[in-house]
This record gives sequence, C-alpha cells and structure tokens, in this order.
Amino acid sequence: MTAQTGPDPATRDDAGDRAVPGGAAAPVLSAEGLEVRFKGRGDRGVARAVDGVHLDVRAGEIIALVGESGCGKTTLARTLLGLERPTDGRVTFEGRPLSYTGKALKAYRRRAQLVLQDPSGSLNPRHVVYDAVAEGLRIHYGVTADEKAKVADALARAGLRPPERFFLRYPHELSGGQRQRVVIAGALVLDPEVIVADEPVASLDASVRGEILALLLRLRDDLGLSALVVTHDLGLAWNIADRVAVMYLGRVVESGTVEEVLTAPRHPYTQALLSVLPEGGVAERVVLTGEPPDPTRVPGGCRFHARCQILASGEADRAGIADRCRGEDPGVLPAGSDSHLAACHYAALGEPAGT
Amino acid sequence: MSAGPVERPPGEAGGGSAAPASPRALAWRRRRHSLGRFWAGYRGNRAGLAGLAGLAVFVLIALCAPLLIGPADLSLTDAPGGPHEPPSAAYPLGTDNYGRSILDLVIWGSRVSLTVGFLATLMCVGLGTLVGIVAGHYGGFGSTVLMRITDWVLVLPALVLAVAFAAVMGQGTVTIILAIGLTAWPTTARLVRAQTLAVEARPYIDRAKALGGGHGHVMTRHVLPNVMPIVLAQTTLTVAESIIMESTMAFLGLGDPNTLSWGGTLQEARNAGAVSSGLWWHLLPPGLAIVLVALAFTLCGRAIEGVLNPRLRERR
Ligand SMILES: Nc1ncnc2c1ncn2[C@@H]1O[C@H](COP(=O)(O)OP(=O)(O)OP(=O)(O)O)[C@@H](O)[C@H]1O
Ligand SMILES: [Mg+2]
Repeated sequence: MTAQTGPDPATRDDAGDRAVPGGAAAPVLSAEGLEVRFKGRGDRGVARAVDGVHLDVRAGEIIALVGESGCGKTTLARTLLGLERPTDGRVTFEGRPLSYTGKALKAYRRRAQLVLQDPSGSLNPRHVVYDAVAEGLRIHYGVTADEKAKVADALARAGLRPPERFFLRYPHELSGGQRQRVVIAGALVLDPEVIVADEPVASLDASVRGEILALLLRLRDDLGLSALVVTHDLGLAWNIADRVAVMYLGRVVESGTVEEVLTAPRHPYTQALLSVLPEGGVAERVVLTGEPPDPTRVPGGCRFHARCQILASGEADRAGIADRCRGEDPGVLPAGSDSHLAACHYAALGEPAGT
Repeated sequence: MSAGPVERPPGEAGGGSAAPASPRALAWRRRRHSLGRFWAGYRGNRAGLAGLAGLAVFVLIALCAPLLIGPADLSLTDAPGGPHEPPSAAYPLGTDNYGRSILDLVIWGSRVSLTVGFLATLMCVGLGTLVGIVAGHYGGFGSTVLMRITDWVLVLPALVLAVAFAAVMGQGTVTIILAIGLTAWPTTARLVRAQTLAVEARPYIDRAKALGGGHGHVMTRHVLPNVMPIVLAQTTLTVAESIIMESTMAFLGLGDPNTLSWGGTLQEARNAGAVSSGLWWHLLPPGLAIVLVALAFTLCGRAIEGVLNPRLRERR
C-alpha cells in the first residue's frame, strides 16, 4: 500500500492518463470491455451479468473487487478463468487474448488459479483431501515422486497442520473453514502466478482469515503473485488490497487505490457501502432504497440513479445534472489508470462528494 | 432392520504418525475404508444378504460342475438312465427323454446361463455407461441424437431384434450375448446420463476445469466414480434380466443346440411333450433355477442400490 500518488480530490475521470510511464507494472491479467450475458429461460429477459468491464491485474498487485450480491463478481471471476465465454470483449493474459482451445486453456490454468465461492460444493465428496489437493498436480504433471511433499506443503501453507492428519479425510468430515483451506491449498499447490479468489475467506474465523490473508500478502511479496480477491468485506479489502474496484450491476463504477476509494469515496454507491460500516467515519448512514438491482432490467441513464441518494436528496438537481443522471450513461471506466475514477456525473463535477 | 449408528471403520484418522504412507498405500487404505462402510450398510439388508448367499451357491455350483459331472453323464446316445424316469434316489430330479439326470442338466446349464448373463451384462452396462456419460457430459446436438437413438432402441422389442440377429449371424451363444448386449443398454444409458447431468452441475466440476482438467479428466475422475453406484446396482439387475432373456432365446431355439443351458433344457422338455404328458420334473427344475438366480441378482441389486443411493436409503 505504497501507491499513494497525491490525494488530489479533483481528479477528473477522463481516460487521458492511461499507463503512467514507469509508474505501474504491465498488466498480467486483464478484462477488456468484458461482457457476459445469460439468456433467460421462458419470459425472463437477457441477464447482463457483466456489462462492459475494463480491469487490469498487474504483476505483484492485489485487487479487491467489491459490490453487493448479484452484481456479477462471480461471473467476472469465472470469465477471467475461461469458465464462461464472454459475449463481448476479451480476457488477456500477459497481453495475449485467451484462447479457448483445450490445450491453451490447460496451459493457462496451470499459471492462473480460481478459488470458487462455495467451499462445500467445490470438493468432490468421493475424493479425500489428499486427492483433492493433488488433483491439479496430476492434471499437469501426472503422478510425480514429490507429489506428497508438495501436497503436504500446500496444506500446511493453507493452515491445515499437521497436513498428514488431513490426507485421508473426506470433505464431509471437515468444517466449512477447513474445506475452504483445502480448496486454497489445491490452488496453491500449482504455484500460480495469478489467483482469482471468490470470497476466499468468507467462511473462516478471524485467526484463520488473518493467516490466509497474510499468506496471500507473503506470496505477493516473495513470488510476485497477482490476485483478484472478490469480497463483500470492505475491511478485508482495506487490509490486503492495493487497489479496489467497486462493481455495481455488471460494471465497475469506481476504482482506485485502497486509500482513495475507501477513505474518499466518490461514487454515491461506494459512499453508501462505506457508510453502513460500523466503524465508518461517515457521519450519517445511507441505507440504499429502491429495488435491488436486476441484471435483466438495467435502468437507462446512470444504472444507479434509481437508488442514488444524491439524486434522491435533490443535490443532483441543485447541481443541474439530474437529467443527465436519468438519461445519460456515465460510461465505462477505463483500465490501467492509476488515478481514482468514478462513473458518476455528480463526482465528475469535481466537487468533494458526499458531504 | 438393525439401524445402528453408522460406524467409522477404525484406523485411518490416526494422528500424525501416518507419515510414511505412500500415495498408493493411501489409496488402498481409502478403498478399504469405503468398502468397509459399504459393507456395514449392506449387512443391514437381510434380503440382500440372502440374495448374496444364493448367488454364491450358484456361482460355486457352476464352478464345481466339472468335478461333479463327467461327459458320460450328459451323453445323448449313452445316457446313464432310462427316458423320463420320475425322481428316485439315483436321479433325485428324474431323467429327461434321453435318460440324462435332470439334476446334472441343471447344474451344467448354470455355466452357460451365468456366463451369458455376465458377458451380456458387461457389454450392455459398458455400452450404456459410455453412451450415458458421453451424452451427459458433452450435451448439445450430438447428445440429443444419441438420446434419440437410445429411446429408439429402448422401445424396440428385444426378442424380435434377437431373432433378426440370429437369422443374420446364425444361432449360437455369441449371438445371444450380442443380441442382449445390443438391446438392453438404453436403460443404463438413461440412468447414467441423468446422474451425469446431476454431477456436472456440481461446483467441483468447475473447480476441476479451472485446475486445467479436460473432458477426459472430468469424465473419468469425477463423473465415473459418481455414476458407479448406479452402474453397479444396474449391473446386478441386468444380469437377472440377461439370464431370463438368454433362457427365453434358448427356449425359442435361438441358442446353440450343442450347449446345455436352462432355456435349452426347457425347450427340449417342450419338444419331448413334457407339457402335455405332465412330466413336471423335466420342466420345473430348470424353470426354478432361472427364477432363483434372477431373484438372487435382483435382491443384491436392490440392496446395493439402497446402500449407495442416499435418497433410497432415507426412504427405507
Ligand atoms: N448461469 C446463469 N444463468 C443466468 N443468470 C445467471 C447465471 N449466473 C449468474 N446469473 C445472474 O447474473 C447475476 C450476477 O451473478 P453473480 O453470481 O456473478 O453475482 P455475485 O456478484 O457473485 O453475487 P454474490 O455476491 O451473491 O456471490 C445474478 O443476477 C445472477 O442471477
Ligand atoms: Mg458470487
């Protein structure tokens, strides 16, 4: 968390300052205009689960992706690993677009790992822990002599100690947190360069959670691991992430360094998320009203306008932008920018927002 | 039914002292563990135990048949007894029209019946599993075509097909095996496909894919072990069906006239006029043998199904 590049509250969110020379490493994994739509069954419309996302994960960087339930975080994570085909846009790894042939995907998935959201379902009930962790090794290298040592090491790193004690356990004999650590060990055993983790620590208690997060940070520092961590927990984002991307209804609506986004949020949605934290410094709580977002019916204009507290309180009206909020899409945030960006007409006015 | 608490087979969760185990030893211990758990469940099913005992008896008899019966006992021209002798001390089940002991015929017939039953089952369960997993895993147009073919074969009358087969290939044991194998697989295929679809929707399939596992990996490491219980139960049930089918076909004269099977014995009895002249000892023993063996396999199959399929287990 050293990337504090001048707290300039009036940063404009134009896309002019991409790729600051010398400032940032090249992106390892990125989403370019990524769009994922699901065809609805019956009379349900098309769900725009991910609706135009630019996102860069640079080498040795941990990005937190936050947002409320159903905003498309899991879909984005799955698409980044090639489990879902984007309807539009593309995923690139080390600058090359992902190829969806079996061989290319396999090679890619040796270097990038996904930790799924649901730890209970992620393990085959008929495989013992040893097999579950060794699965990746066997897929890529076959049965090797040092398999056992690697499995034990990965389990120990994920906090299951002594590892031998867990080798023969079936998933149903483990607690939810232990299962999650088995899943994490299964990803670590391949020594990935990028990890996409979907709520990796949601089911863990504070001490284990701290351990896993410390592990992530250590891997980043020692091996240059990059990670995209999906989380509901802004506190967690604060503790481990270098940058934060806030997602709303399939789009990244605000991005920047942790300090910028979490201490001086510019998008009203981020402000609302932060204001309901118990330790939040924000004076008054903003409880979001209106219906929860539905990706089959993305509102026109700014997609947040129906629930926006700035618009509801009339502040937007006073600033003379209420019509733009209702009728004009603030656009998609570019990736690869080091500045603090928010897809919001009000924030774009350059005023200190949310006071 | 003794529904005691599920017992954990001892000796695997044993502390940190398990260090020197190699992966293969681990796999073996795990297999023993799950086998023990399976047996514990199976033991609770009395009908299943009875079926298993009956099965063991039949297999034993079939294996020992050459020790009990010499070729002279089954000779057509040089039979030991007179034609159609009623049961006596020398011939506990009487003799047939050639003077052969019916008991010997039934014992010898078990060899062909069981062999055909097992081979035909192997074939149709193998085919059904393959079709089911492939159709369930890949989905799409190919899967639809595959399932249409399955439905089509399912409604084809197996006997008619078998007769057609025999007409083309000539009668014989191999024809019977092929005819059964090629007509009885759709049930298995449908069951396996349904289970495959259920397994493929689980998150651990996504995890396997995200780890880099391809189609082969997913199908063999995840889907197959999960459909195995169904396949196993289906196998035992199919053996019973196959044996009945074999007997039917032999009875209709589609079998090899030179091999002795239960169905063949029944056909000879009919040809010899056993039905009209009330020679019950010629008809009853082979018929009962077919019923008993089919019953034994069915009991085992149901018991296995009950142990391995949690939904059935709950209902019990
Ligand atoms: N396979 C699918 N078919 C149809 N709609 C889907 C599918 N997967 C996800 N969706 C829809 O896409 C939207 C985004 O889902 P996603 O799982 O990405 O949300 P999320 O941000 O991960 O939520 P959570 O925090 O609850 O995990 C949801 O509204 C969901 O209903
Ligand atoms: Mg999710």
